[in-house]
This record gives sequence, C-alpha cells and structure tokens, in this order.
Amino acid sequence: MDITYDLLLRIFPALADAPSWVLVAIVAGLPALACFAFMGVGPVIYVYAERKISGFMQDRLGPMRVGKWGLLQTIADTVKLLFKEAIFPRDVDRTLFLLAPIIVCVGAFLPLVVIPWGARLQTADLNVGVFFVAAISSLSVIGLIMAGWASNNKYALFGGMRSAAQIVSYEIPAIMLLLVPVMIAGSLSLQDLVAVQAGGLQNWLLFRYFPIMPIAFVMFFVAGMAECNRTPFDIPEAESELVAGFHTEYSGFFFAMFMMAEYTEMFVISAVSSVLFLGGYLSPFPGGVLQTLGPLPLGWFWLIFKAWFLIFVMMWLRWTLPRLRVDQLMHVAWKVLLPVAFVLVVVTGFFVLLPETANGFLWDRWVAWPLTLAFVAFLFVVMVRALRWNRRRAQELAA
Amino acid sequence: MTAADYVFWVFATATVVSGAVVVFARSLIYSAFALLFTFFGVAGLYVLLGADFLAATQLLIYVGGILVLLLFGVMLTHRIYDLKLRTEKTQLGPGLIVAAGIFIIFANAALITEWPTVGREPAPTTKEIGRLFLGEYLLAFEAASVLLLVALIGAAMIVRRKKDA
Repeated sequence: MDITYDLLLRIFPALADAPSWVLVAIVAGLPALACFAFMGVGPVIYVYAERKISGFMQDRLGPMRVGKWGLLQTIADTVKLLFKEAIFPRDVDRTLFLLAPIIVCVGAFLPLVVIPWGARLQTADLNVGVFFVAAISSLSVIGLIMAGWASNNKYALFGGMRSAAQIVSYEIPAIMLLLVPVMIAGSLSLQDLVAVQAGGLQNWLLFRYFPIMPIAFVMFFVAGMAECNRTPFDIPEAESELVAGFHTEYSGFFFAMFMMAEYTEMFVISAVSSVLFLGGYLSPFPGGVLQTLGPLPLGWFWLIFKAWFLIFVMMWLRWTLPRLRVDQLMHVAWKVLLPVAFVLVVVTGFFVLLPETANGFLWDRWVAWPLTLAFVAFLFVVMVRALRWNRRRAQELAA
Repeated sequence: MTAADYVFWVFATATVVSGAVVVFARSLIYSAFALLFTFFGVAGLYVLLGADFLAATQLLIYVGGILVLLLFGVMLTHRIYDLKLRTEKTQLGPGLIVAAGIFIIFANAALITEWPTVGREPAPTTKEIGRLFLGEYLLAFEAASVLLLVALIGAAMIVRRKKDA
C-alpha cells in the first residue's frame, strides 16, 4: 500500500493533502483494478494457450475457426459465457451456491497483493509475504467444499471432498518447502527473497546450494500444481469419474469464475515459484543488463515471462501424464514430499549456519555450479536421445 | 474516524455477526461455513493490532486446517441434510453463571492489556516470535510439539486397520 502511495505521490504531489478515504480508495483501488484487469484478461490467453498446446501435443491443430489461427476463439467463448443464463438447479442451497465461486475467486486473487512486479512495483510489501500467500490460498479450499455441498449433487460433493483432502495434504509439504528459501533469505518478505538472488542467473536460488534447491524447486512446483487441482492431480474434477467434480452444476458466468480462479491460481503458484527460486523480477543477465530499458523498468516483463514459462510447463505435464489415483496421491504427499521436505529444511539449516564467507559461496563455486551444469547436460542428453528414439520409431512405423 | 477505524468496524461486525450465525444456525453446515467469516474477521483484527504473523497463522491453521477438517467431518456425518439441531435441555442458571464469569475474565483482560495503538506502522513480529519460541519459552514450545506428536501417533493408532478383525 505504501509503495503505491509513494509512487503516486511522486506523480501527483497534490495527493498529500487529500482526505484519508480518498487516499485509501486510490491507493487500494488502483492496484486492485490493475490486478483484476490482468487476471480478467489472463485466462483468455491461458485457455487459448492450453487448447493450442494440447492440440499440438496430440498432433491436432487446436482451435482454428474463429480469427487467424483461432486467436479469437477464447474471446468468443468468454462472451458466450457472460451472456449465458446461469441455471440454478431446483434443490441447490442458493446462498452457498452463489457464495462459493466468490470465495474461490477471492482466495485466488488475494495473493496478487504481495506479488512483486518490480523493486518498486508491488501493491503491498508485507512482512509475512510468502506466509500470506500460503494462508490465503486455503480460502479457496473452503470455496470448493462449499460449491460441492451446495450443489446437492453426489458428484459435486465427492469433488469437493476430494479437493479438500488433496489441498490439505499438499499444503503441508508446500509450506515446509517455502521455508527453504526463506531460511536462506532470513525473511518472509517477497522483496527480500528476490533481493537475495540479485546479480544474474548464477545467483538464482535454483542454481545454488546444489542438492537442496533443485529438489526443493521441483517438489514445491509439484505441490503447487496439486494445490490448484491440475492434472496429474485433478481428481477433484476427474471428468471420467465425477462428470466435472465440484463445478458440475455451475453454468454461465459462475462456471467462468471457477475457470478464472483456477487459471489465476496457476499464475500465482508460478509467480511465487519464480520469486522463490528463479529470481522473480530480476533479469537473467549479470550486472543488471536489461533490468530496465531506458526509463522503462522491465521487472514485470521478467516475472511474467518466468511465470508464463512455468504455466507452460504445467500445461505440458497436464497433457503428458495420466491422473493419479487417490491412494497414489496421498502416498506422494505424505510419504515422499513431506519426509524429503523435512530433510531439506534441516540440511538448509546447516548451510545457513556455515560462516559468512563460506555461506554457500565456496560451495556454490566449486561444487554446486559444476554439479548443476552436469545435471542440466545429462537432462539435455536424455532429451536428445529420446527425440532420436522417437524419430526412429516414427520412421519404423511409417515403413 | 480514520480509515483504520472503518476497517475495524467492518472486521468487528463480520466477526460478531458470523459468530452469531455459528451459534444460532439450525443446520450444522451453515454453522461451519459461518466460522469461515469469524476466523477471517479475527484475522483482520489481528492485522489492525499489528500482529501480521499471527493473522496469517490464524488463517492458515484455522481456515486451512481446522475448518476444512470440520467440514470434512460434517459431510461424512450420516444424514446431514435433514439433521436439525435442537437444544433438548436448557440450563439457564448454570449457563448464565458460566457466561458471566467468562465475560468478566475477557472484559478484564481486554481492559487491562495495553493494546498497540491503531494506525501505527506495523513492526515485523516474526523474528521476535521465533526468538521467544526458541529462547524464553523453549520448554513450552517443545512440550507442545511432543504433545502434538503423541496426538498424531495416537490418531494413527486408532484408525489403523486391525489385523485380526
């Protein structure tokens, strides 16, 4: 709040004399409007991207009819959803039925308050930033349960309960893993977490403290994906079992709100992952190259770039992996992610306790970086071999 | 009234009204969902008192954990749809005494405590809380964690499938 205030004061010095309610309305209203616009437009892009990506992955073209390459398809869909009648089945609990999508949306949108788009571009730099994101995201669970119950539909109820079990389970490892970068930075504020990683690609937490950070990043991303109910963790809305899960009975704009919330959550998880591990709004080049373009700060561009890349990874996984069974899901959360997360926290504690000169630096230079590079090279080799194998196989099949 | 006062009244009203719904609602599920707004209002009051970490913890533990488990339990309850809650026996005398006692204790606590003035720049509390937990109140902290661990193991023991059955 104070950051926006400072920014506005610099542009309009007359604001200092305005009454307090005007200030609050402006200072709270403007970022809210900006976030809302971004989140309103975002899903239009994400849905189009998802349909195109899934199309290409399945050797299809995806939407092609509306506009060039189907570019206007999701806009047409949005307009359709806005004008469609919202149907209330006879036996739904109307109050809760209406309240549920609102709560889900609030839970999805509120974390945007603390997302840092730049060193000076953030709605509120809370002292408990990361913790706030984790706490608020629990709101949407309640919304999902509410939607499931109010629909008065057994599939919806099952969907709601499954999502509750899943999100509660995955929240625990996610929060433990949040602790790993937080311990390194010594702060819960997202600005401080980014500041630790200043100085180019090699200082991003993902590439430091070799065995810890890459594992923590992958596990946090997996847990985050489970929290926004994406395949392979989409049993709450498994279409082959539960019709559409908790939003079976929703139509029109209320359905659109659930979609908007889901894609916003994807963005939030991706943005938080990039802030924690990928340097947030910092440019990947050392020495602050391309951090600003003339007078224009580029922080927002880097953050959106990284977040959208992670969203792409989520879509990629969705169209690659099959859905997990309930027992497998719980197994992953409680017997794999959680114990490893505990170990990571303890090991990170040792790294933090090392003396300042050796605090990760020597380790990073002589051990972490070569190992990270070797690992990346190994992944690259595997990928190339897989591609070759794929091509050979295609030729064999064609012959 | 400053902006903080308005915000306080919003949170206070939300807390009290939803708290009343929790108590007076006829359906268990409405009570449970109304708890959400009570917790949220209390978290807002914590923020106004400068306890940001406590507010986030309140949301995380109560909304994300306890309320979800509560709802889970309510939904697994048999015949929840047409279950109407009714008080079978009213005990006016003892009830009034207990309520009055609790009111006196809470009112005293509220009046004696020196609350941080509203609108003050919130100081980071996280570090101080951590230091106190692992310093001055280490014994209580460790005792609580052992207690929780015992509860966890006990719960796992109780729900375990018995081999001979």
